[in-house]
Amino acid sequence: MRTRALGLVVLLVFATGGAADERRSGLAFMSPALRAMQEDETSNPGTLWVKDGEASWSAPAGDAKRSCASCHGEAATAMRGVSARYPAYDARLARPIDLAGRIESCRTRHQRAAPVAREDATLLALEAFVGAQSRGLSIAPPADKRLDPYRARGKATWQRRMGQLDLSCADCHDGNAGRKLAGSVIPEGHPTGYPIYRLEWQSLGSFERRVRGCMAGVRAQPFAEDAVEQVELELYLMQRAAGLAVETPAVRP
Amino acid sequence: MARTLVTVPKSAKRGDVIEIKTLIAHPMETGFRTGDGGSVLPRNIIRRFTCRYGDEVVFAAQLFPAVSANPLLSFFTVATDSGTLTCTWEGDNGFAQTESVALTVT
Amino acid sequence: MKRRRLLQTAAGLGALVVLRPVAAAPAPAPSPVLDVLVQGFANNQPVGTGRVKLGISPLIENGNAAPLTVTVDSPMTAADHVKRIAIFNEKNPERDVAIFTLGPRAGRASVSTRMRLATSQRLVAVAELSDGSFWQDRADVIVTLAACIEE
Repeated sequence: MRTRALGLVVLLVFATGGAADERRSGLAFMSPALRAMQEDETSNPGTLWVKDGEASWSAPAGDAKRSCASCHGEAATAMRGVSARYPAYDARLARPIDLAGRIESCRTRHQRAAPVAREDATLLALEAFVGAQSRGLSIAPPADKRLDPYRARGKATWQRRMGQLDLSCADCHDGNAGRKLAGSVIPEGHPTGYPIYRLEWQSLGSFERRVRGCMAGVRAQPFAEDAVEQVELELYLMQRAAGLAVETPAVRP
Repeated sequence: MARTLVTVPKSAKRGDVIEIKTLIAHPMETGFRTGDGGSVLPRNIIRRFTCRYGDEVVFAAQLFPAVSANPLLSFFTVATDSGTLTCTWEGDNGFAQTESVALTVT
Repeated sequence: MKRRRLLQTAAGLGALVVLRPVAAAPAPAPSPVLDVLVQGFANNQPVGTGRVKLGISPLIENGNAAPLTVTVDSPMTAADHVKRIAIFNEKNPERDVAIFTLGPRAGRASVSTRMRLATSQRLVAVAELSDGSFWQDRADVIVTLAACIEE
């Protein structure tokens, strides 16, 4: 086990060529005041949703009247590292799912609760709570070969020009990250802290909502809710962000 | 019941000046925004915040629509005796919420 | 002749030094709108510049929530403390932002919150002290908007 870990470290050093990691999360592009807002959990508005999620975790729900805790136990141990390795492959659905999809799957199948919309407050709160259990840990996409074709399609989506403005995600977030778009700094687009408290939304919201906003911004047709393309894109981006720290719940302008 | 977060130090020495941070989930709807369909979303804000240390009000705030949603109010007080800090938020549409936190002073 | 010139110059310089007025406290950043609000809060009493610090980032990434802290230099004793702090704005739909009530129990005159900013503008924080004096500080903010408006 130790030998394998050592081997992985050696491999990583070789793979990066020992070069400094130049990737920066959106946190680095924010002013000191907003960075403090995110980093101080006692004043981060996202913490309100994390607390809600914490209450939901222990509350019996659905027709089965079971709580998350009744199966998973203490979230701090059971959920530690989980969001850092999502999206993951779901064998039953035979496709990858994101964390929200996994939580919904648990809720509808095991708690027999009614399905809710993606931006439902209870679902977001559970996502925030589960995500917060990985805060500070490195994003660690699973080395699951079944994810490869989906991740490749996610990368293709990232690089494909779309919409009336005919721009690809890569055009802004790879080619022009750090520069300004109408007074706002363009970040690199690493989904390190979802669900985020976005000042523009005055609320907590999902990665899907953010992508929908970007796609509407270039006048492209956003993905349908629960579309696999959304998960494919997140799969690619989490690989692209591998090693960066989870910041859930992050604060973003 | 809106979700709140009141943060006080776990303990304090008598005479310490301690920081109290409060957050509450509330849209602070200004009354200036229009919703889908073009009609104005009515004002719905928290108008008043008070913090009592025991029986005495040690901090109060009058809030207007210019205060952001999910408002943060952070202030200081002198730790005198062990007791209860009671935070009250009151606002439009009969909104009233109270949270109490114990403070240990040695 | 040279000595007289030197003495005359020295005397002249001395007169210059004596006549030059003591440097006044810097006038607050001009804003007729804020002047009226400050005068109203201070019941038309004189309002000094200083002792108050309105801390806000000069460049605001999103006007929905701009963190700010108002600090007043005060011992916060029963004899000498801050009674109230008011914050006003120039260009939001309404001028008032918040009015905080402190007192000697506060220990430190420092309050933090987050405010909405409709556009780039000038803000003011006014403090009322227990001795009846008023003090103000002003801050300029530049507000950038989200590049892509949602929905």
